Amino acid sequence: MTTTEATSAGGVAQLRRPRRMRLLWLLAVVAVLVVLMAVSVAVGSREVGWSDIVAALGGSADGLDRAAVSVRIPRTVLAVTVGAALAVSGAVMQGVTRNPLADPGILGVNMGAALAVVIGIAWFGLTSATGYIWTAIVGAGISAVFVYVIGSLGRGGPMPLKLALAGAATSAAFVSFITAIALPRNDIGANVRSWQIGGVGGASFDRIGQLTPFLVAGFVICLLSARGMNTLALGDDVAAGLGERVALTRAVAALGAVLLCGASTAIAGPIGFVGLVIPHLCRLLVGPDHRWLLPFSALTGAGLLTAADVLGRIVARPSEIDVGIVTALIGAPFFIVVVRRHKVRAL
Amino acid sequence: MSTIANPETTPPAAGPAATRDAVDVVARGRRRRGRRRNVVVAVLAALLVATFAVTLMVGQTFYGPGEVTSVILGEQVSGASFTVGRLRLPRATLGVLTGLCFGLGGVTFQTMLRNQLASPDIIGISSGASAAAACAIVFWSLSGAQVSMVAIVAALGVALLIYALSVRGGAAGTRLILVGIGLAAMLDSITAYVLSRAAEWDLQEALRWLTGSLNGARWADVLPVLVALVVLGPLLLARGRGLTMMQLGDDAAAALGVRVERTRLLVIVAAVCLIAFATAAAGPIAFVAFLSGPIAARLVGPGFSLLFPAALVGAVLVLVADFTGQFAFGLRYPVGVVTGVLGAPYLIYLIVRSNRAGGTL
Repeated sequence: MTTTEATSAGGVAQLRRPRRMRLLWLLAVVAVLVVLMAVSVAVGSREVGWSDIVAALGGSADGLDRAAVSVRIPRTVLAVTVGAALAVSGAVMQGVTRNPLADPGILGVNMGAALAVVIGIAWFGLTSATGYIWTAIVGAGISAVFVYVIGSLGRGGPMPLKLALAGAATSAAFVSFITAIALPRNDIGANVRSWQIGGVGGASFDRIGQLTPFLVAGFVICLLSARGMNTLALGDDVAAGLGERVALTRAVAALGAVLLCGASTAIAGPIGFVGLVIPHLCRLLVGPDHRWLLPFSALTGAGLLTAADVLGRIVARPSEIDVGIVTALIGAPFFIVVVRRHKVRAL
Repeated sequence: MSTIANPETTPPAAGPAATRDAVDVVARGRRRRGRRRNVVVAVLAALLVATFAVTLMVGQTFYGPGEVTSVILGEQVSGASFTVGRLRLPRATLGVLTGLCFGLGGVTFQTMLRNQLASPDIIGISSGASAAAACAIVFWSLSGAQVSMVAIVAALGVALLIYALSVRGGAAGTRLILVGIGLAAMLDSITAYVLSRAAEWDLQEALRWLTGSLNGARWADVLPVLVALVVLGPLLLARGRGLTMMQLGDDAAAALGVRVERTRLLVIVAAVCLIAFATAAAGPIAFVAFLSGPIAARLVGPGFSLLFPAALVGAVLVLVADFTGQFAFGLRYPVGVVTGVLGAPYLIYLIVRSNRAGGTL
């Protein structure tokens, strides 16, 4: 711990990027995101002419081409929102646990949400999208607390290795339970399996609309805790000395993160690694200040998930690779890189 | 081990008589623990035989021991010849063999890396074999021994990759496990992708490659596993003593006459091959490789090679879980779902206990 404090005191000047640089990066990220969204609408298993795309964007769905494009529009919107939510959620989890390996997927929070939804479908006749979302958020919250408690038992508190192990074990347990619950129910079995991989294919504006209030609440909570998390980064003792109510700040920020990843898991299934990769990349771009890091993570995460979705559509034409598979293939090597580079003991 | 490493218990300056006493105490302790180990092994073996027999006799229809024996001896018994000879016998045999393979391979890794979490199903070796086997079947339309070969190549590749990625200036324990978890996530998603492409498969068949299953076991599946076990099993068991010494550290083991590097290479390759053969036949039966070692360690106690007891525990686990999955519920659960539901909470318990104790895992 003492070494990290020493370097953070000495390195503040280098870590803080000039305002102009940050604005430039902001412009670049927004531009990339816009391009990716355009590509996501234009590219798919069916070749569509520009005139039809423009017409479909205007609301027309006549003919196969325009209909195909009008399916891609909500899909793109969902990819953008889910990507942003997962990335911010991951950034907040990394900040709250001060752990470079934190991510809603790795910590088992997504699988907790998934298990809760499957239980709801199997035994409580859950059908409405709002019901899915509430159940998923409750499941995500419970599993987040569970993993954090297990990971922080014993000496040294919540160390990265202990948290990652607790998360992986909890994920494995939840996956087993999901399989055991879904298997005898043929009617939901196939449904659950495709949803379990994680995808944005079945998007509709209706469901996105039901998702919005939860995501807005989550984003607002996370952004409001940004300053508090900056203080937490100095270590619990220093933060308390500076007048921060450490436990409260942690709990509020974690609540925001759970809202975001629970709600997005309810609609798109458990998608891993977005929340791990994006905050690390963004820290390279804008430095560790959470007030910049969180909005940047949102934009970049949206871009990554859109890109992963487009990639999944292009690579396996005429069929598709689910976005959850693409993010795992991109993200797992990144996870290994982080493991190799960090001294895994402490952030 | 604790009694051996505790010379302070005898008064230091009491002459040769006291030394002889101390030697006596140690020897008696060793004998006692040796007896305990032998009893445990005997009980496990008896349990395995009993479960095997029950699995053959009990099912939708019950067949008495006489009928089962005559079927095994090759006689024609109406009804029983088909049910026991064609359905139950290959299934139970495959269960025993894969259980032995997983138990033996798992405990080898755990002993060698001195870490219970370093079992092949947690660090991604089983996932690699499973992904490769699923690929081989879906994309390249291979079958039988060819699938096993692909699975072995993939498993060895994954093992090599984990080693290469986690070695950096020595002490690779925790990093190795984390790298393995990352690789496992990636390989599992490849399996999920392959399965999503194979639309003609039903969920039960897909689950074989996700969690492991003995459904539809045939003699053709049994044969490669049997050959692997007959060739590699004795090889591993013969190295058990050296492996136990290597737990003391490489230098100490070398001083005790173990050829460390050679033993390590041989043991890794053998264990990976066992895991790969078993996975190619029955899928990565969840957590059997991970669970067998710790359970065997609890039963046997310290100071002895765990290889043989752990293999027996693995076989019993698979048979019992498969039997439970088939008949305890209304629906036939694949064996991997049962071991997963039992094994994952145990993994969490293990982490809790080890965190509490302040260990480094």
